Amino acid sequence: MYRKRSKFLTFMLITGFSFLYIPMILLIVYSFNYSKIVPIWGGWSTRWYTELFKSEEVWEAVSLSLQIAFINAMFATILGTLAGLAMVRFGKFRGRTLFGGMLVAPLVMPEVITGLSLLVLFISLEQLIGWPSERGFTTITIAHITFSLAYVAVIIQARLTGMGQDLEEAAADLGAKPFKVLTSITFPRLAPGMLSGWLLAFTLSLDDLVISSFVTGPGANTLPILIFSRIRLGLRPDINALATIIILVVAICVAIAAFILFRQQKLQDQDEMMAARET
Amino acid sequence: MTDNTFPNDLTKNPRGMIQRALNKLQSSWRTIVILIPFIWLSLFFLAPFFIVGKISLAELAISSPPFTKMIEWKDSGIITIRLIFDNFIYIFEDPLYLRTYMNSLRISITSTIICLFIGYPIAYGIVRSGPVVKKLLLFAIILPFWTSFLLRVYAWMGLLSDQGTINNLLISMGFIDDPIKMLYTEFAVFVGIVYTYLPFMILPLYANMEKLDSTLNEAAADLGAGPVVTFFRITLPLTIPGIIAGSLLVFIPATGEYVIPDLLGGGNVQMIGRLLYNEFARNVDWPVACAVAIVLLLLLVLPMAIYQHYQGKAAEE
Amino acid sequence: MAGEQITSEQKASETPWLDMDTKPLIRLSGVTKKFGEFVAINNVDLDIYEGELFCLLGGSGCGKSTLLRMLAGFETPTSGSIIIDGKDMSDVPPYERPTNMMFQSYALFPHMNVAKNIAFGLEQDNLPKGEIEDRIDEILKLVELQDYKKRKPQQLSGGQRQRVALARALVKKPKLLLLDEPLAALDKKLREQTQFELANIQEQVGITFVVVTHDQEEAMTLSSRIAVMDKGEFVQTGSPTDIYEFPESRFVADFIGSANILEGKVTEDSAAHVRVATDLGEIYIDHGQSTKQGSRVWVAIRPEKIHLSKKPSSKNGYNQAVGIVDDIGYLGNTSIYKIRLKNGHIVDVTAPNQIRPKNRTHSITWEDTVYLHWDASSAMLLKK
Repeated sequence: MYRKRSKFLTFMLITGFSFLYIPMILLIVYSFNYSKIVPIWGGWSTRWYTELFKSEEVWEAVSLSLQIAFINAMFATILGTLAGLAMVRFGKFRGRTLFGGMLVAPLVMPEVITGLSLLVLFISLEQLIGWPSERGFTTITIAHITFSLAYVAVIIQARLTGMGQDLEEAAADLGAKPFKVLTSITFPRLAPGMLSGWLLAFTLSLDDLVISSFVTGPGANTLPILIFSRIRLGLRPDINALATIIILVVAICVAIAAFILFRQQKLQDQDEMMAARET
Repeated sequence: MTDNTFPNDLTKNPRGMIQRALNKLQSSWRTIVILIPFIWLSLFFLAPFFIVGKISLAELAISSPPFTKMIEWKDSGIITIRLIFDNFIYIFEDPLYLRTYMNSLRISITSTIICLFIGYPIAYGIVRSGPVVKKLLLFAIILPFWTSFLLRVYAWMGLLSDQGTINNLLISMGFIDDPIKMLYTEFAVFVGIVYTYLPFMILPLYANMEKLDSTLNEAAADLGAGPVVTFFRITLPLTIPGIIAGSLLVFIPATGEYVIPDLLGGGNVQMIGRLLYNEFARNVDWPVACAVAIVLLLLLVLPMAIYQHYQGKAAEE
Repeated sequence: MAGEQITSEQKASETPWLDMDTKPLIRLSGVTKKFGEFVAINNVDLDIYEGELFCLLGGSGCGKSTLLRMLAGFETPTSGSIIIDGKDMSDVPPYERPTNMMFQSYALFPHMNVAKNIAFGLEQDNLPKGEIEDRIDEILKLVELQDYKKRKPQQLSGGQRQRVALARALVKKPKLLLLDEPLAALDKKLREQTQFELANIQEQVGITFVVVTHDQEEAMTLSSRIAVMDKGEFVQTGSPTDIYEFPESRFVADFIGSANILEGKVTEDSAAHVRVATDLGEIYIDHGQSTKQGSRVWVAIRPEKIHLSKKPSSKNGYNQAVGIVDDIGYLGNTSIYKIRLKNGHIVDVTAPNQIRPKNRTHSITWEDTVYLHWDASSAMLLKK
């Protein structure tokens, strides 16, 4: 084929991917270092893992982060799906431009600005109506839903655009009312998109540091906030251990997801082949 | 269509009432679908900006929250106007703020260009790979998104520190005797930004290149253009939308970056995101912090609008 | 067909493939192309001569496009050699070959206007600016698009794009122009009209064309010679009339036009004629072919060469049959009749509708008993 990859491109691919992955590999390797000073090798050991598991602070942060991430993912998926639906399937309505702008802006807005503005909102609300009386779990969750829903909406919009409208039209032609079409045709077909939206919202929430730092209150330390406060002062072997666990958990989840997708694709291919053979 | 839509039933029995309510709900569900996310975003995304704007016009006060109340400066319009200038004039007169803005722009623009030069050939290489390899490489680009951003920055602290992996390696190989100071320098900030934002450059470029018709390259070759000419006259001009989208996706967040200059730059690299955070957290001078945020927002409004314009155009296709 | 008549009336040099002394412009010898296990082109030999309009005709996946792409240089043969104008093309990249291609998708550069698209190839040859301008004007005049120089490809109709693509490939005055399904993207009416235009342009510029198409009608109208391809091989190569009137195999007889194909046994074989026993009765063919008596052969008869009448006509006992009208397809200019014979075999017959149905007093209709007969020269004997 004429469409070949040149040596230069291959070289860039290898360099690029080394650049992306070597730091993470080293991070994992040093988590098994006995030495307290991270980059100085003191022999293999798992002592930092033991230390990590003993830390109550870490467990509390993990628990808080997971709770926030879960609730955030639920709300963001619902709100994002509704927003995506409105943008793609409702044609023109009043305020559509503003709505579309508010859906895209959180994706590109610098986190410091989003964080600061949410903080002043919560404070003004507290002054005005007395709620939220303290910052922490609730305020972080609301903040996370606000930017996560925009990401979900992007995924849903892409799905809806890709799906086309003929099935909905067929259902309407067969006598289903719009609401019935929505619940019996559109939502089931959107389910995979909603699932990936949910997962993305969950991860985004687990990963967020800056916005959480702005809107958190005393005592409410999410995992990133805890990690940040520790590594600001320098390298810490227990953080390497924590990083390794996080990377492994993510890698396993992603591998399972990829495997399921791969198997679904394979089954579908098999079905299609069988069907083709029958004709 | 169904039995229970007889008009008599509707007025008399309660089941008909429920049915009517349901019917009404059915007719207005579109409005509800729009309203729920609309209200949420208006309340938690749009409204805060107006509050930030208002506070940026207020005066610092020793109270909680630490700014003068809006009601107080409602009485005399003259003072309000003077206060508008106060916080913003302060930002522009104080060389620290101006320098920090310029520094942020310089760092984010340079990082964007570096990302483009590294990301472009990588995206091109992925597009030119076989179908299986292509999927794997794309997967490898997306994978870091799912792991912690904070920890990816932390990984570079270990690589760049005085006793870090790179210095250790260079010393043991005999290239240097004393460690080179890399962590807490501008260099480290560049590395961190390029490292974390490279996938944001590669993905839009990849999406753009993947859509390109490969027969255009063949046509150019057929008309006598070698690979280099084909690249500069066909591929490059046709990937400009991808270049713009990728560059904006790096430039906008990099300009407001807080974590990277803080962790990898230490106190030595001033960027506006970090200044803003410190302004708010340590100085507790909220009116100035809000004014700093407004100026940063104004700086990024145009790039954000351009990005949105391109996204809209891509969605229509 | 019109083009064919002109060429056959002219002198011998118009049929260079019959002249032993003429050197071919292109010579493929033993060309094979494999994609992994799949053999796209299987050991093919072919000569194409200067000034020809040569068609590669075949269904999808027959290897015709692969062959064209090998001529252009986008694919390299797994084995065998391609010689263009006396030079071996094995190591010559597309951008150094004396060929140009018109792509099926046209592959017009979307970010350049018509003039820039056409100029692109000339610029690669580093021609002076003035000459480029002149050549663009000249070629746009040829394809009648002088007023569209500044238009972008998206602002042109399908037919206009097709002509820009042709102009862009022609303007470099290649030794060989390759056209990949040049008319496939046009609608039927425009396609028919453009077929003749394309043949005219080829005659005016005198460049050798190799056209890939799946449309047999297009191949017949355009070409001086056709190569019918199947499964990576040439099934038959010849002029359009040769291929239509003297197919060498069932595949060609069926692929080009339509034909009733009947299996039979040779009952008599002489130098001047052949008799074959088939489901359609005994068929007498007035041209001899070296077959053995008793061997299994096939006979093809084109539907338009069978006469249909309501009365039995012929005296002799061969080249005729009787049947019932099973179905009629009205096509406007002609009608197609499906005639069921006593033995259940169905024969297609087409007849021109010279008289309006209203006025036809003795028109043939469903369930009529009809008599078929055909000339001794109409049936074609096929050995494979």
